[in-house]
Order: sequence, then C-alpha cells, then structure tokens
Amino acid sequence: MEGLLPHLAVLPVALPLLAGALSLVLLRHAGWVRAITVVSLSSLLAMSLVLLVQTAGGASWTYALGDWPAPFGIALAVDRLAAMMLTITAVMGIACRLAAGNEGSRRFDALLLFQLAGLNGAFLTADLFNLFVFFEVLLAASYALLLDGAGAARLRAGLHYVTVNLLGSSLFLIAAAMFYGVAGTLNIADLDARLATLPASDAGLAQVAGLLLLAVFAIKAAALPLGFWLPGTYGAAAVHVAVLFAVMTKVGIYSILRVHGALFEAVPQTASTALPLAGLALPWLLPAGLATLLLGAAGALAARDLRVLVAWLVVVSAGTLLAALGLGTVPATAAALYYLPHSTFAAGAMFIAVEFVARRRAGSSTPVAADYRIYAGRPVREAPWIAALFFVTALVVAGLPPGSGFIAKALLLDAAAATPAHAWIWSVVLLSSLVVVVALARCASAVFWGPSTAAAIPPAVQGTGVGGRGLLLAALLLLGCGLVMALFAHPSYDFLRQTAAALGAT
Amino acid sequence: MELLLATAIGAITATGIYLALRSRTFELVLGMTLISYAVNLFIFAMGRPVAGRAPILREGVPTTLEHYTDPLPQALVLTAIVISFAMTAVLIVVALKLREVSGGDHVDGGDPAGDSGRERGDP
Repeated sequence: MEGLLPHLAVLPVALPLLAGALSLVLLRHAGWVRAITVVSLSSLLAMSLVLLVQTAGGASWTYALGDWPAPFGIALAVDRLAAMMLTITAVMGIACRLAAGNEGSRRFDALLLFQLAGLNGAFLTADLFNLFVFFEVLLAASYALLLDGAGAARLRAGLHYVTVNLLGSSLFLIAAAMFYGVAGTLNIADLDARLATLPASDAGLAQVAGLLLLAVFAIKAAALPLGFWLPGTYGAAAVHVAVLFAVMTKVGIYSILRVHGALFEAVPQTASTALPLAGLALPWLLPAGLATLLLGAAGALAARDLRVLVAWLVVVSAGTLLAALGLGTVPATAAALYYLPHSTFAAGAMFIAVEFVARRRAGSSTPVAADYRIYAGRPVREAPWIAALFFVTALVVAGLPPGSGFIAKALLLDAAAATPAHAWIWSVVLLSSLVVVVALARCASAVFWGPSTAAAIPPAVQGTGVGGRGLLLAALLLLGCGLVMALFAHPSYDFLRQTAAALGAT
Repeated sequence: MELLLATAIGAITATGIYLALRSRTFELVLGMTLISYAVNLFIFAMGRPVAGRAPILREGVPTTLEHYTDPLPQALVLTAIVISFAMTAVLIVVALKLREVSGGDHVDGGDPAGDSGRERGDP
C-alpha cells in the first residue's frame, strides 16, 4: 500500500461530483455530456474493480481527507465490503444509463452522477455525520430522478417519498447528536472505542441512539413497519430510475451491517463480545426481516400493476437480507452478502423485463398506466424474446435452480441450519419463495397467455424506436452479472466469508 | 436552562408531528419545518451549551473544553440547517406541483373537499 493507491479511496466520490457539475455547465452540448458520462461511468467501474482486487487479500485502509487526524478530520475507509458495494453501484449506474437511452431529461446525466457520488460516499465514509450527509446527497438526487418527467402518480409518490425520508433524516440527526453527546465523537472507529469504555449511566442513551439509528436504516431498507413507502415509489418511477433504485434499499442494509456491526458487534466475532451493548440490533433484525419477507411475498401476490409487483419483490429481498443478518453468524452474513448483489441485479433486470411488456402493449416507448396492468386482458403474443427475458429473469428473481438466486437461498438455508432460528428461517423463506413463484407465474400467464378481452395490441414497432436496444443491453448486463456470480459461486463465497469474518474487526 | 430547552424541543416536536400527520400539504410542510427546527435545537443541546463561553480560542485561556463551548455541534447544526432547508424547499416544490397537477392540496393528490384523488390519477 504505497504510492498513489490510497488516494483512490476519494475518487469514487470526487469524480462523479465533479463530472456531474461539469455536465451541468455543458448542459447545452449533448455530445460532451454523453462523453463525460461514459468516461465517468467506465472509470468508476475500473476504480471499483481496482479497489476490489486490492482489498481482496484483506487489505483495508483509512483515508484521512486533507490529512487531518481521525477524531477531527473526516475519514473514508476502504475494505472488501466497501469495494464490493462500489462495484455493484458502478454496474447499476451503467445499467441505469443504458436503460435510459434517450428517454431521460437533459439533466438526467448530472443527476445520475450526483446519485452515484452520494451512494459511493455512503459506502466509503467512516464517519457517522458524513454518512448522514451522503444519505442526503443520494436522496436529493433520487428525488429529482424520481420526479423526472412528472405526472400525477409520480408526484404523489414523490411527495410521500420526500416526506418519509425527511423524517428519517431528522431521526438520523437525533441519533447522531445523542452519540456525540455520550461519546464526544462521530468517527465510527473512534465511537466504537469510546462505547467500549462507556460508563453505565450513559449506556442507556447509547442504546437509544443505536436503536434510533436502526430505525433510520430500516426506513431506507424498507423493513416491515417502516417500508410502506417503497411499492408506491418504485412502482411510479421510470424504468431506468427504478433500476438504479434497486441498489438504494441496499444502502440501508449496508449501513446496518457497517454501523451496528462496528458499534454493537451485530455481527458476532471471535473477539470478546463482553460489551454491555453487544448485539443490540440482533433481536430486532430477525423478526423484522421475516415479517418483511412475508409481507413482500403477500404484496407480490396482491399486486395488480407490473411495476408494483417488482417493487414488492424488492421488499422481499430486503426482508431476506435483514433476516440473514439477524442470524448473526459469519456464514449467514456471507450468505446475505451473496444475496445482496444477486437481488440488486435481479430486481433491476425484472424492472426492465416488465417495461418491455408495457412498451410492447403501448407500441411506443412511453407506455401509460394502463399498459402496466397485469390483468389488462391484452396478452402480449408473438413476442418470444420478451417472454424469454421475462421467464429467465423471473427464474433468477424467484431463486429457482440455474440462477444465482438459487445459490444465494441455498447458502442462506445452509447457514441457518446451524442456528436456533432455523425452523423460522426455513419455513418463512421457503414459503415466501413459493408465494413469489406463484405470483410471478400467475403474472406471466396473464400477461402472455391470458384471454384477449380488450383492444388488440398495435403491431410491433420495428427497430429501436421503442428504446429497446439500451434496455435490452442493460438487462443482459444485469443478467450477465448474475450469471458470473452463479458460475464463480465458490470463489465469491470464499471472498464473502472472509469479508463477513473481518467485519467486526474494523 | 435545561428544563426550558427540553420543554421547547418537546413542544416544537409535538406540534411538528401533529402538523405532519394532517392531510394538507401546507400543514405537512410546516410540520416538517418545525421538526427540523426541533432537531437542530436538539443537536445544539447535545453539545452541552454553556452560557457565556465562546467556541473560539482566546489568549490566556487554557485550551480545554471546561473553558469553551464545544464548537463541533455548532458546525453540525450549521450543516443540518442547510440540508433541512434545501430538503424543505424540495418538499414545497413537489407540493406546489402536485397541487397544480391534481387540483388540490391533499397529500394523496385529491381536491380540497378532503376525499383522495385516486380517480384523477393513475391506479
């Protein structure tokens, strides 16, 4: 670790911020904006791959911005988990840009880059207050992305989304202030050290702050009592935005893993867990995760809109992840870390697959709400490749054998078998998988085989007039990433197992 | 001072929550604004503010926290104020646009009569 390599830690945040600002300046020159976006996205991917390779051997480092020492300055931390999340974000950013094609507004490229800067910052920061700031950066960009190309439904969802996240930010600030009040620092590593020697009189305050923070992250992750904003929001977003949003719930999961893993040993370690606050989050994660899982499956079964159906599948994946983290063993955490990229890629691909259905029904690249109805009585016939895409993606999403979803669920069930909660995990995960399969199969049979009761679908639009090429490339990219994960399941699992084992030590 | 500050924060938060739960976007915006004021006061309070001590180093005074107010929470509050102000602005813009599109200021996009405007928009 010498030379300029440590400075690579700051680039995934700085580059998209600068590039985004630059593309706002050059707003009138579409060619330049496109070039900036292409260069930024590909270098983001390259940078995160370099970081991934560098950290794969277990290297991790803290980067002090401006070389201010940790308790005073703000720090970024790079380790395996952060590098992995950066890579996922870069892939989703590329998929989002491909899927957008020429659909987004002129400011779309800048917003996408700001969103990526916020996401990367949240994954890299080693400071609680900076986590809040990067949450706000990514949320501010996501508000604008969600409302891109407005419309009543999107505005309604946007108002709810902004309100819920404003409340979440307020809670975050309260929790951060309480941590500062008891420990006098907001650097996560520093906070961890101070909490270990906390006087008993302050333990209660730290506990309240920790649980408040858990509630904030549960809002982001859409866990059960706090996740009702998600289906409406994701169901109203444009397809390329929904693809990018597939990684947003993962920010909440990541933060739980990072903050509660470091501060409260939510991820059990070989090191002593004699801290008074050890395992603070664990009793909440498992029940919340299982309940979210059941609710998500029920929601998928009840959905009457294609995009809302996929949004409920995002809730299912959040529930699975929370339940796996709630088990609190290293294999279960490794299984969760395998499930995390899989579910992100799969949800993104599924949003694209249903968009193809709607565009085919509309005969244009701007489907209206009626085109997204599952039971519209307008079956999509003679479109074998749309059906094939839907079928393959649904297999991956539902976790049926050939895809990465199957490996993820098998890993999770295997990891759960060694814990006392295995009966709960096995029954709920398998039941919800069955319900998801039923929901997807019913949706597909209505969409592709159903009786035709409404006006016929206009003849297929030839060529790429419906913006199909970029969408198709994005879907293939996401499915390809899932395929790579499935093909190289063993090396990736080894990597993730080491990641999970190293988490509490940082 | 502690009692006064705590009571004020509690009262502002309670008012904010009440307003945020109302069904009009204007009251929602007011409520969110009040909640963010309360949060800013709370951050300030968690820095243990002391009357009569500046957060700036002075000559001849030892550089320990016993002689100064902790400056860090004030920096945090400044950041929080900027962010919550910007986010409230976003909320107002969305609320205005929703009112323009749906013809009412109900948070679910309905008319002023109070019923939700689901029949106007998409399912």
